[in-house]
Amino acid sequence: MPVGLSALGGSHLNRALENHGGDVVSFENVGLRYGLGPEVLQDVSFRLPSGSFYFLIGPSGAGKSSLLKLGYLALKPTRGLISLFGRNIATTARGELPELRRRIGVVFQEFRLLRHLSAFDNVALPLRVAGYRESDVKKNVSELLAWVGLKGHMQSRPPTLSGGQQQRVAIARAVIARPKLLLADEPTGNVDDRMALRLMHLFDELNKLGTTLIIATHNEHLVKSLGHPCLCLDGGRLEITPGKAAGRTAGTTARETGSAEFGKVF
Amino acid sequence: MLARRSDLPLDEDGLGRFLPWLIAFMVFLATMAMAGALVLSVTAGRWDKGISATLTAQIPATITGNAQRTAIARALRILRAEPGVASAEAISESRIMALLEPWLGAAGALGDLPLPILIDVNLEPGAGVDVAALAGRLGAQIPGATVDDHGVWLNRMVSLIHWVQAVAFAVLGLILLVSVGTVVFTTRTGLAIHHEAIEVLHLIGAHDSYVAKQFASRALVLGLKGGVMGLALAAPTLWGIGLLADRMEAGLLPDLSLAPAHWLALAALPLFAGIIAMRTARRTVMKTLSEML
Repeated sequence: MPVGLSALGGSHLNRALENHGGDVVSFENVGLRYGLGPEVLQDVSFRLPSGSFYFLIGPSGAGKSSLLKLGYLALKPTRGLISLFGRNIATTARGELPELRRRIGVVFQEFRLLRHLSAFDNVALPLRVAGYRESDVKKNVSELLAWVGLKGHMQSRPPTLSGGQQQRVAIARAVIARPKLLLADEPTGNVDDRMALRLMHLFDELNKLGTTLIIATHNEHLVKSLGHPCLCLDGGRLEITPGKAAGRTAGTTARETGSAEFGKVF
Repeated sequence: MLARRSDLPLDEDGLGRFLPWLIAFMVFLATMAMAGALVLSVTAGRWDKGISATLTAQIPATITGNAQRTAIARALRILRAEPGVASAEAISESRIMALLEPWLGAAGALGDLPLPILIDVNLEPGAGVDVAALAGRLGAQIPGATVDDHGVWLNRMVSLIHWVQAVAFAVLGLILLVSVGTVVFTTRTGLAIHHEAIEVLHLIGAHDSYVAKQFASRALVLGLKGGVMGLALAAPTLWGIGLLADRMEAGLLPDLSLAPAHWLALAALPLFAGIIAMRTARRTVMKTLSEML
């Protein structure tokens, strides 16, 4: 949780989500098709316990983005069962979805920053939507933007930022409210290797603090060097490969450059 | 109730320039229709009160000479004895001539025209005089004498005014419908234009009401702006009509004035427009978003 932020409200749903205890994400025989087209996901089943860190890999068109969209509740499955934080999505009232979504941080492939808002206001959105005090918003957003190297661009609008800078704003927006689940679609696709590693450490640090992550990527180097287990999609079907470091708990290797500074932010 | 700041670029979508003018025209029309309805209601009330406090008794023109003088005296006695009658006076022949002159030409030409005798009867305020019984007593003493309480004329006039008022209120209703339709249309267009940003807000956990607040705040501001513009157009128009009416002969037109409370009601129209726009925008957004995931 960013400095000074405390969980808002003690709603019944919030307490239920806090104490669900089981898997953060659970897919059972999930199928998805767009309109009358072929199934882009077929019988996808997996469970991610709290605090796990998975890469999502597969060739282009394998269904990675579709799987993430189901995870951040932008789509409903055509068949099968999806549970998030122990809640069956199909039976969750529409009015309760925002509470679930606030626990999910999303880095969209195409960033989806609001073009008319400054970098600062874009990153502040999740906190403002959740009703945090403006003084908390200012402090936390400034610190996080400084940490991702955008101190001098806080008031810049996305169209004036480079692809890599926009990506960092998008990542900052996804992690600012310290989500319980982070879903990222190619989050390091537009940054250099050094920044990619730095951002991975940010994810690792979040993971250490209890966030469950699914990172979709094409960067095999990154997948190999970090050794997290993989959800491998091919032709809409899913296989799970274990991490290379057997017995390693996710998020225990964030000792490289940046983690010390990051610790000050979170 | 209102969003402090907007996460959506609502001011950049061009709808903000178009909506206030439409609302301004609607408020202009609404002000005119409402002013018309209010003036008629004041006038109808005044006529009703003024005329229902008088009666006119008539002694036929066939009674002439001494018989006429006796009949007048008898009629006045009967009328003045009636409880609730404040005064009764025969209208002089010269005054009847003056009333008829505009229609029948110079007074000299009327010398031989048989004219009935009219008696102007004023009633005490709130007096419930039984006009039919009074007419019966008068007719028994003076054959052919009648009493007229202006009921037929008054009923027709008041019913005409009520019809015109009903039309004015129907016009107000139509204006309200068109205004609501305009706000619904612009809000839906705004939702379509900002669909992408709204989806992002949703995905990061915004409730529908968070988005609706932003549209409602803007609709309130635009509605108030348009309302004030409309009132600013209507005020000089009403003032001009009032000025022209004042110049007309006093007898021909009734006094076209409004009470202070009526002016206040007209001045509240922009506020009403703002609130209608705000509530309509909010309902439209909530309804449209409820169809999204």
